[in-house]
Amino acid sequence: MFRNNYDNDVTTFSPTGRIFQVEYALEAIKQGSAAVGMVSKNHVVLVALKRNAEELGSYQKKVIKIDEHLGVALAGLAPDARVLSNFLRQQAMSSKMVFNRPLNLSKAVYSIADKAQENTQSAGGRPYGVGLLIAGIDETGPHLYEFQPSGSVLEYYGTAIGARSQAARTFLEDKYEEFADASKEKLIEYALTALRDTLAQDKELNLYNTTVAVVGKDEPFTIYDDDRVQQWLDLLDSLSNKRHKSSDDENKEEGEEKNEEEEKNEEEEKKNDTEEAEQHDAAQDHPESSHEGDRMDTD
Amino acid sequence: MNHNPVNWGRPSDDQYGPYNYQIANASNVASQATKNSQNEFPTMHTQQPMITGASVVAVKFNDGVVMATDKLGSYGSLLRLDDLERMIQVGDSTVVGVSGDISDFQYLQRLLDELLIEDNYDMEQSNLKASHVHEYLRGVFYNRRSKMNPLWNACVVAGFDADGEVFLKYVNLLGVSYSSPAIATGFGAYMGVPLLRQKVENEEDVKKLEKEDAIKLVRDCMKVLFYRDARSWDKYDLCVITKSTKKIEFQKGLECEGQSWKFARDISGYGLPQQ
Amino acid sequence: MQAQNTLLNTEYSTDAQTEPIEHRFNPYQDNGGTILGIAGEDFAVLAGDTRQTVGYSIDSRYEPKVHDVGDNLLLSANGFSADGVQLVKVFQNQLKWYHFDNNKEMAVSSAARLIQHMLYRKRMFPYYVATILAGLDEEGKGAIYSFDPVGSYEREQCRAGGAAASLIMPFLDNQVNFKNQMDPESNGTKRRPLKYLSLEEVIQLVRDAFTSATERHIEVGDGLQILIVTKDGVRSEYFPLKKD
Repeated sequence: MFRNNYDNDVTTFSPTGRIFQVEYALEAIKQGSAAVGMVSKNHVVLVALKRNAEELGSYQKKVIKIDEHLGVALAGLAPDARVLSNFLRQQAMSSKMVFNRPLNLSKAVYSIADKAQENTQSAGGRPYGVGLLIAGIDETGPHLYEFQPSGSVLEYYGTAIGARSQAARTFLEDKYEEFADASKEKLIEYALTALRDTLAQDKELNLYNTTVAVVGKDEPFTIYDDDRVQQWLDLLDSLSNKRHKSSDDENKEEGEEKNEEEEKNEEEEKKNDTEEAEQHDAAQDHPESSHEGDRMDTD
Repeated sequence: MNHNPVNWGRPSDDQYGPYNYQIANASNVASQATKNSQNEFPTMHTQQPMITGASVVAVKFNDGVVMATDKLGSYGSLLRLDDLERMIQVGDSTVVGVSGDISDFQYLQRLLDELLIEDNYDMEQSNLKASHVHEYLRGVFYNRRSKMNPLWNACVVAGFDADGEVFLKYVNLLGVSYSSPAIATGFGAYMGVPLLRQKVENEEDVKKLEKEDAIKLVRDCMKVLFYRDARSWDKYDLCVITKSTKKIEFQKGLECEGQSWKFARDISGYGLPQQ
Repeated sequence: MQAQNTLLNTEYSTDAQTEPIEHRFNPYQDNGGTILGIAGEDFAVLAGDTRQTVGYSIDSRYEPKVHDVGDNLLLSANGFSADGVQLVKVFQNQLKWYHFDNNKEMAVSSAARLIQHMLYRKRMFPYYVATILAGLDEEGKGAIYSFDPVGSYEREQCRAGGAAASLIMPFLDNQVNFKNQMDPESNGTKRRPLKYLSLEEVIQLVRDAFTSATERHIEVGDGLQILIVTKDGVRSEYFPLKKD
């Protein structure tokens, strides 16, 4: 059953210098649906794809407001994100209470990075199973950071996390030079286009599964959901993934992130099983059976 | 029967044993040295300042703030310290002028030092502006007064706020704070502020006051205070904060110039009439 | 200063003075100023002078103390200014968490209950302030809530608080609630019926109240700040008062 002797706890290195539990935590992010973030000179935009576990169930929150100038998008274990965002809210509030000063962005991300790092070298716990995109504006301007359970934080012009996010990143890499001078509307359009590229074949963006959030120099962090998101969806020419229309086999490259579909599309799952064998992740080797029961849902 | 009226109505030692000072949270320092001794005191908080600094005087002008503090530290009526600097520069946007208890001032100095170091961790660039320092100090003072253990000071915080604008605000041992174009602590509030307000009654007047005039104004205030405030001195430091150059410049060890004590002979009405 | 000898003149009487005289630190201060709130049919105003004093000194001629705290609520806590500032700050902090937790605006009645709890928490070391909250209720009608320092509160049509409250309140009783006013037709048998005042009338009342209070109370003056809340949001007006 165990193929790996070095992933039982987080305090043991593998002989090749890896800490598998941390790497598995990074895998948890990929199980969550995608979130995209982008920065211009005056705005930061977050967009994300929401999932509903069941047809009759509610959609999971993907973007959390931290303060007037700051918010996060998550991919991975939503409960872990709640803990981190509550901590960030406290940090933001105490900055406001003690200094009457909005929390500095780099201070904010490093504060949770330090928490995450502690979990990568103390026994008896587990790393956070969530990745965050932290968007905000401070005295040095707009910023977008990516937070990972390993405790690493990096700043980006634009990035994406979650299932099939490589497709979004490819789009962003292509367009990033235009971000800086883009208007708010253009930025959101780019972000939604990037998000659209992460969609599975039979999916399209709609006002229920899409979240848009914007923060600007003179604009508090605002989340657009449901009816209020329609105005932004109207910016797109098409709501479904164009790549799937052009060529069907392109989604094979996204094989390793196919877990989103597990719950919904069993057929496709089986088709991809061959690729799965290549993966070293023990958890992923047992797709359906163990997942249906008691696993924590990722969003 | 204890016939001393002082003890009437009080629990007697014969009946209840001697008073246990631990109940009132007796000072742990004293009790370690002299266990169960009678001269143990309950925990004591500052009830009065010891060595003190006198007024802080500050006024806004069209391109910044001028602030001054004299160099004297008084122990009651004793001239105890003669080379005190009571203005603390915090980072590159803030100066805090402090009057009141000098040991508490030095504690504040350490707090603000630590604050600045803390603020420089993790940051691309420090962002500690005068308004932030003021809010921090307000919190420190208010929390201490709420523990009935005040830091016995009145401060004037001057510098630039988060928008780069000129900032001038007062805060004292109670956590009471206010802003005004002309601020002075201690006796300065009675004898300095009226002089300052002749020139700057409101923010409109600030635009009309030039730097040189503001410096002269503050220096005049320091002179008048030296004339009339027995706890002040004629040697002082002066600080000029300039918005256009973003500079904070100190002129240290200035003296009251052009003193004239002619008025003194005409003063009467205090104590015995002079012959 | 020699302590006053309140003891009988016995051979022990001098013993009393061997005990130290205690000077207690006084954590409170009176910073003067006055605030006033009046509710109309579809608006509410909360006004305050901008003078801050201690004793006979005017510390500042412009230190506004009426705050737009968000969610169409106006709040002012008048008395010991450090407590007033702290109360408003803590309230705004709580309001932010309310938004995170409940994802909706705070109703003025909820804000009032929250403020009661904030004040009563410090029952044994109170915030030394007269507090007034203004906003619009669920029906869109103007609402004024007033609080004593330890949190007892009620909704009213109007309320003055602070240094000149006792000067202004009787005037308000007469002019807002028409106390002691009779219907002229009835020959002194029927009271003048109540009616809502217009915003213009209310602002004029507030200005008159403060000009008069400025004349009669040394701690009131310099400037009058009026915040007006309607369904369209909060707007602010400023009128100078005498500076003497």
